[in-house]
Amino acid sequence: MFEYGVMTPAAATLDSAEHAVESSAPGRVAELQARIRSMQATKLDSKLIPTHPAIAGLLPGGGLQQGAAYSIDSSAMLLMTLLAAPSAAGSWCAVVGIPEFGVEAAGHAGVDLDRLVLVPRPAEQWLTVTAAIADVMSIVVTRPPKRATDSSVARLAARLRQRGTTLLVLGSWPQTEAMLSLSQSTWHGIGDGHGHLSSREVTITVTSRMTGRPRSTRLWLPDTGAVVRRAETLVDDTRRYGT
Amino acid sequence: MTWEPPRVALLWCPDWPVTAAAQHAKLPVDAAIALVSNGVVHASSAAARVEGIRRGLRLREAQARHPELAVLDYDAALDNRAFEPIITALESLVPGVQVLRPGLCAVRVRGAARYYGGELSAGLFLAGRADDEGAGGARVGIADGIFTADQAARRTGAQGKDTVHVVAAGHSADFLAPLGIGLLDDQQGPEGAAAIVTLLRRLGIRTLGDFAALPADDVTARFGSTGARLHALASGRDSWPVTPRTPPRDLDVTVDFEPALERVDQVAFGVRAAAERFILDITAAKLVCTAIRVELDSDSGELSERVWLHPRSFTAGDVVDRVRWQLQGSGEVGLSSGITRVLVSPDAVDAIGNHESGLWGQGPDERIHHGLSRVQSMLGHGAVLMPGVGGGRTLRDRQQFVAWGDRLVGDRPAEQPWPGQLPTPLPGTVFSPRHPVHVFSGSGDSVSVDERGALSATPAMFSATGTPSRTLTAWAGPWPIDERWWSEDATNAWRFQAVDETGCAWLLVLDAGGWWAEARYD
Repeated sequence: MFEYGVMTPAAATLDSAEHAVESSAPGRVAELQARIRSMQATKLDSKLIPTHPAIAGLLPGGGLQQGAAYSIDSSAMLLMTLLAAPSAAGSWCAVVGIPEFGVEAAGHAGVDLDRLVLVPRPAEQWLTVTAAIADVMSIVVTRPPKRATDSSVARLAARLRQRGTTLLVLGSWPQTEAMLSLSQSTWHGIGDGHGHLSSREVTITVTSRMTGRPRSTRLWLPDTGAVVRRAETLVDDTRRYGT
Repeated sequence: MTWEPPRVALLWCPDWPVTAAAQHAKLPVDAAIALVSNGVVHASSAAARVEGIRRGLRLREAQARHPELAVLDYDAALDNRAFEPIITALESLVPGVQVLRPGLCAVRVRGAARYYGGELSAGLFLAGRADDEGAGGARVGIADGIFTADQAARRTGAQGKDTVHVVAAGHSADFLAPLGIGLLDDQQGPEGAAAIVTLLRRLGIRTLGDFAALPADDVTARFGSTGARLHALASGRDSWPVTPRTPPRDLDVTVDFEPALERVDQVAFGVRAAAERFILDITAAKLVCTAIRVELDSDSGELSERVWLHPRSFTAGDVVDRVRWQLQGSGEVGLSSGITRVLVSPDAVDAIGNHESGLWGQGPDERIHHGLSRVQSMLGHGAVLMPGVGGGRTLRDRQQFVAWGDRLVGDRPAEQPWPGQLPTPLPGTVFSPRHPVHVFSGSGDSVSVDERGALSATPAMFSATGTPSRTLTAWAGPWPIDERWWSEDATNAWRFQAVDETGCAWLLVLDAGGWWAEARYD
């Protein structure tokens, strides 16, 4: 009835582990830590929402997560690029406290204007409004009028987790999943008195407390065809091997 | 036993659209008034007709013929609304009023003639009652059947007993005989009447009497059922009875405040019970309300009126919110004194069956609406906006906002070419209001553009007031924007794109007021 010749899977794992320890102990520790980290997700059931493929790889977890907050360093184009994919997938988006949000650029970036709601001037009731809107919208974009108190941030974070709403903050925010920033922006198509703005290359850097080292990539934001995509040259390599 | 056509009194208010519009705009009825729709005159008052202003005339031509002409927009809804009190008044005298169109209605006159002692006195009584309600010189024709009564009403005079024309029973055919055949081909006529009337004219039949003289069987054989109907009309045998309307339920609610209330929350509290009653009445009539009209009367005689739409249907709380928002909003336009009266009436209703939520719920939209309504009740109706893109050349012209729940009305379509608009990519940040900036050349002089578009110097740096100046690494322009030179909101400006040393690009505009940062490409 029992066939002793066949090794059970559990035994096989133990056996291979034994071999690994023999080969190199520090490498083994690092591998185990990586496995523990990957099994201990930061949240219990963190689901991803659709994210632009050029940016998704940089983010911890491989995309924007439901119920998390992300901080974006003052770039409306980057913000609209992040909004476009979930909006196209049918999510409702709200923009709170940003009166200068460029609606037509958002439409061009791929945000569905029929599912976009703006609350340009929440004034004193910023936190209440953001919380009320976070209850019903999938993605809320906001810019805190001043530094929010820790207790209110914690309350809002709990609300976001409960509702599975993603918060994108223009500016700094205490408890973010990741911080996206732009640097080395180069515009093409415009010269000294001739041409016009046609495309831009930027370096986008994602800093996260989960992954440790910041991850960067070079991005067309947008290219001449109004598409956001990765540029061929990688900044990481130049930084490591150059100068 | 012989069949007798019903005796009908037809009440006609001449120039009803003009009368209604003049009353609404508080103009004297004897002024020269023209109602305009689609750029041509739709209706004109008697004083305007004297000047030669007729239906179908172009607006510019009409204004040239009479420069003091008061031009108002034609509003079909206003016609109907203003006629409603007259119908209600007639219904209180005579049961069963059929509204043919605003300004024209028919009643059965037999009972009224017995009660008021004769058809003439009944007609005079009806016309007088209608005039009391603001009909502006109503005329009455009494005859067998609606068609004959209509013709009789057209042959009345303006004064005294002339306002009523009675065609005695059985004399309809004699009355109609000398009239032109063209009367059969009016707006109320059956389908296909126009072709038949044209053919009859070509056959040499020019009066109703000639047509009525033809044998009925031959007319039916040649012209079918439409011809038979027209033949019956021409010979005064209009068999159609008066079909009275069902008087609609009065769903309006009015709240009077004595003394006048000064504070918004007091008024909102006072309206709460009435709003509950309003919604209960509407629900009892198996309806839901999707738009309400709120009228606020103030102590000093001002009137604030507005229609509020609802993306779904109104609840009592929503109605109170709308009243509150209208009070808050009207504070800016000068509704200064206390509120004496609030009127809420349904502007659009729908059958309740269409709005019943299914067993499986209504999906996420209902949740979103509730959430956004909550924010609206916190911040005001105009605080939650839905964006849209309209036509225009500047960024601010192109983006349009409409409050959640309202309908987007764009008068400029975005799909037209709009030469002179910005090339893509578009800036993600559009400043509202624009930031004033200074643009300098390398030697520190202010940069300007002459009327031929030549720059006084190459722009090298710019600064907003109170910020360190930014060096420009690249720039392009000037591109002229020269819009609407014929009107007061003419724009004459030069547009520039510029990139500063941090790699951030800006849209700069130079106009008569100086340099402005209009948008940022970030």
